[in-house]
Amino acid sequence: MIWLDTIVQGILLGGLYALFAAGLSLVFGIMRLVNLAHGDLIVMAAYLILTVVSVLGINPFLAALIAMPIMFALGWLLQRIVLNRVLGDDILPPLLVTFGLSIVLQNALLEGFSADSQRVSGGALETASWNLGPVTVGIMPLLTFASAILVIVALNQLFYRTALGRAFRATSDDPVTASLMGIKPAGVFAMATGIAMIVVTIAALYLGMRANFDPTVGPARLLYAFEAVIIGGLGSLWGTLAGGIIIGVAQTLGASISPEWQILAGHVAFLVVLLIKPRGLFPRAFD
Amino acid sequence: MAYQVQPRTRTSQIAGALAVGLVILGIILPVFASRTLIQDLFFILSILTLAQFWNLLAGYGGLVSVGQQAFVGLGAYAMFGAVILWGMDPVPALILSGVIATIVAVPTAFFAFRLYGAYFAIGTWVVAEVVRLSFATWKTLGGGTGTSLPRTASDFWGTAWVASLFDVRAAAARDIVTYWLALALAVATIGGIYALLRSKRGLALAALRDNFQAAKSVGVDAQQLKWLVFLVAAFGTGIAGGLIYLQKSRISPDAAFSVTDWTAYVIFIVVIGGIGTIEGPIIGVLVFWALQNTLSDFGSWYLMILGGLGIVVMLFAPRGLWGLFSARTGLQLFPIRRRLLSDHET
Amino acid sequence: MTLLQTQGLTAHYGDFQALFGVDIALDAGQTIAIIGANGAGKTTLMRSIAGVLRNAPEMIRYDGTAIGARPADEVMAMGISMVPEGRKLFASLSVEENLLIGTYGRKIAGHWTLDTVYRLFPILKEKRRVPGTALSGGQQQMVAIGRALMSNPRVLLCDEISLGLAPVVIRDIYAALPEIQNSGASVIVVEQDIGQAMKVATTVYCMMEGRVTLSGAPADLSRDAIHAAYFGAHA
Repeated sequence: MIWLDTIVQGILLGGLYALFAAGLSLVFGIMRLVNLAHGDLIVMAAYLILTVVSVLGINPFLAALIAMPIMFALGWLLQRIVLNRVLGDDILPPLLVTFGLSIVLQNALLEGFSADSQRVSGGALETASWNLGPVTVGIMPLLTFASAILVIVALNQLFYRTALGRAFRATSDDPVTASLMGIKPAGVFAMATGIAMIVVTIAALYLGMRANFDPTVGPARLLYAFEAVIIGGLGSLWGTLAGGIIIGVAQTLGASISPEWQILAGHVAFLVVLLIKPRGLFPRAFD
Repeated sequence: MAYQVQPRTRTSQIAGALAVGLVILGIILPVFASRTLIQDLFFILSILTLAQFWNLLAGYGGLVSVGQQAFVGLGAYAMFGAVILWGMDPVPALILSGVIATIVAVPTAFFAFRLYGAYFAIGTWVVAEVVRLSFATWKTLGGGTGTSLPRTASDFWGTAWVASLFDVRAAAARDIVTYWLALALAVATIGGIYALLRSKRGLALAALRDNFQAAKSVGVDAQQLKWLVFLVAAFGTGIAGGLIYLQKSRISPDAAFSVTDWTAYVIFIVVIGGIGTIEGPIIGVLVFWALQNTLSDFGSWYLMILGGLGIVVMLFAPRGLWGLFSARTGLQLFPIRRRLLSDHET
Repeated sequence: MTLLQTQGLTAHYGDFQALFGVDIALDAGQTIAIIGANGAGKTTLMRSIAGVLRNAPEMIRYDGTAIGARPADEVMAMGISMVPEGRKLFASLSVEENLLIGTYGRKIAGHWTLDTVYRLFPILKEKRRVPGTALSGGQQQMVAIGRALMSNPRVLLCDEISLGLAPVVIRDIYAALPEIQNSGASVIVVEQDIGQAMKVATTVYCMMEGRVTLSGAPADLSRDAIHAAYFGAHA
């Protein structure tokens, strides 16, 4: 049944896009920061994982575990030293600074790793599949989707069940009053970006194992991530998953009509959703 | 005590005279300039045009678009289409470039104006991607790999006359004609934008930018102005796109709709030069060109420096180089404000 | 013993000067009131003390320490809590979460816990899971006060807590003041409602255009003196 198969593939692809988007959703939701270097940060994390794998000879999942604290620190520093300075009502400064960062990252990676396509080897998992009767699903896409769900559940737990999560939400609402509660907004933002980078590392793991990557694939990933966040609506992580799935399914349906329609279909789906619901599917009531 | 409104300053009058002189120099330049210089100037003038329009959009209109490359590509493909499909001469086809870009700008604005801030920016980028991917499926115009201008089109309007006037070969004549067109476009763009900003509409734009609510409360029609600015920018960007690809004479979707070449660089130029001023993009283009000339051998390092410079400027000098200079000296070459002078000051 | 005092406090918003040398003093266990018309500088004074606005260090002394330049989160941790003008509850947090976040920067065992705050304002317990801003004005004010109390502050700054509330609601809110005072907090109340201020404070300061124009015990201040200090002699 070709339709069912296409849709299932699309849903699982949506999991990957949701992983791309989750970190972005976190940062955008808390500080309204549009980080145009997000895709390139994912690519950078992929190269980091690749390096750890080749230097230490361990499997990618362990390598990702090692890469996570490194990426956390990098994100924390980036926010503290650079991005905290440009937060404010004007959207241009963060847009331009992160644009610049994107260019710098892409070219630094080009210098460091050359333009050759790379891949993180997932071993047997890459081709393993699971026959579910009417459809057969690849283990890797399934794992990706499951990871996306886990990440979203974990982030929601963090947001809604912990003191830090309360601090995130309060700072997002009103940084000045948050400081009256003893919260340091600058520190909270740095923490948020650091956590976002951990999610980025997980996304990079699956990006690297799924397909070839090179220093220039960042911006396309950024776009898918943003589309997923915007479709989902500001502040809703499950909405981000829904957004990812919508784009994923649109893409696979488009690809089944003609391969060159794949990406186009995803973008068109995004535009259609935005036409009907300019604030996304599940926006917060207050913005 | 009577008051007078004084729109000009001494400096601007001097600058105005200088500008006229520069333009005249620019026109007669091909007589003694090398071909390389003509080509460099073409590049500078065409990017300057793009930068002025992006500045109009973002710096004055508050519309931060990351999708202007859509109109560059549309203008370019419109011209290629007119030449390849209808056998038109490329130069008059440039008008079509502007028209087609403006036509597509209408539904784009209709959609994009429902979004604000970052959503607007990403929305315009996605629209540009949709246009790019659509052209990549259009096989008649080369599809994903692109196409070249047919040989018959290379003797376009003016090339024969220039070739005989300056006694140069056809290729050099083409460069000179496109250079003049770029000069005309840049002068018209800067002149037009300056005129717009000094008009009532320009005042309204500035008011909207400074205080949205207050401006609307005195009757400024924000929607109308946004549409005006967006369509004008699309028109001009389209013509520039057509002209740029006339000079290149080869097109592909990835090149014509490149977000790096037609948006990233343009944004850096405007930001480094000074956003929200007419002088800014001029400075920015010169800095950009100088950087490209001195560092182009360094490939990715050049781009890293450009990106780093953009970051540093945004962090420490958000009004750009011209903003720094203007704040220190109080100079304005293209004054938009009007000063109120009393009797004894005039 | 003077717990908190300002000496020659000045404050600016950019080029605009809002305070021109304000001297006030709060003794331990005392409740003082700051009255004045809109724009007199009362909220600016509160924001300066709370650390939202930064001033020169020695302009504000708390327990002898110069805190004028400290940021809000540090000031809060030292035991000065503010109930901000306009309530400023967090819309993304429930009532209970709004209360809990009051302890983020200062976790000190004391009279005020979630339970005792709920006892002070029972209606809040009913609405504990409701989003903070989905309550009536008076209830929001209770949440804002409770939030500030959760850190067991030694100084409580109440900025216009009666603003926009009906008289009967204002009465209910001020009815909570005695228990707050008894828990060991010294209170500064900013009010436009002169009557209410005079009822609860031992010392009243009147401000106009960034200066203290009158101060004293309520009993010692005549109507005319207050009128002149509040509105200006030629009003």
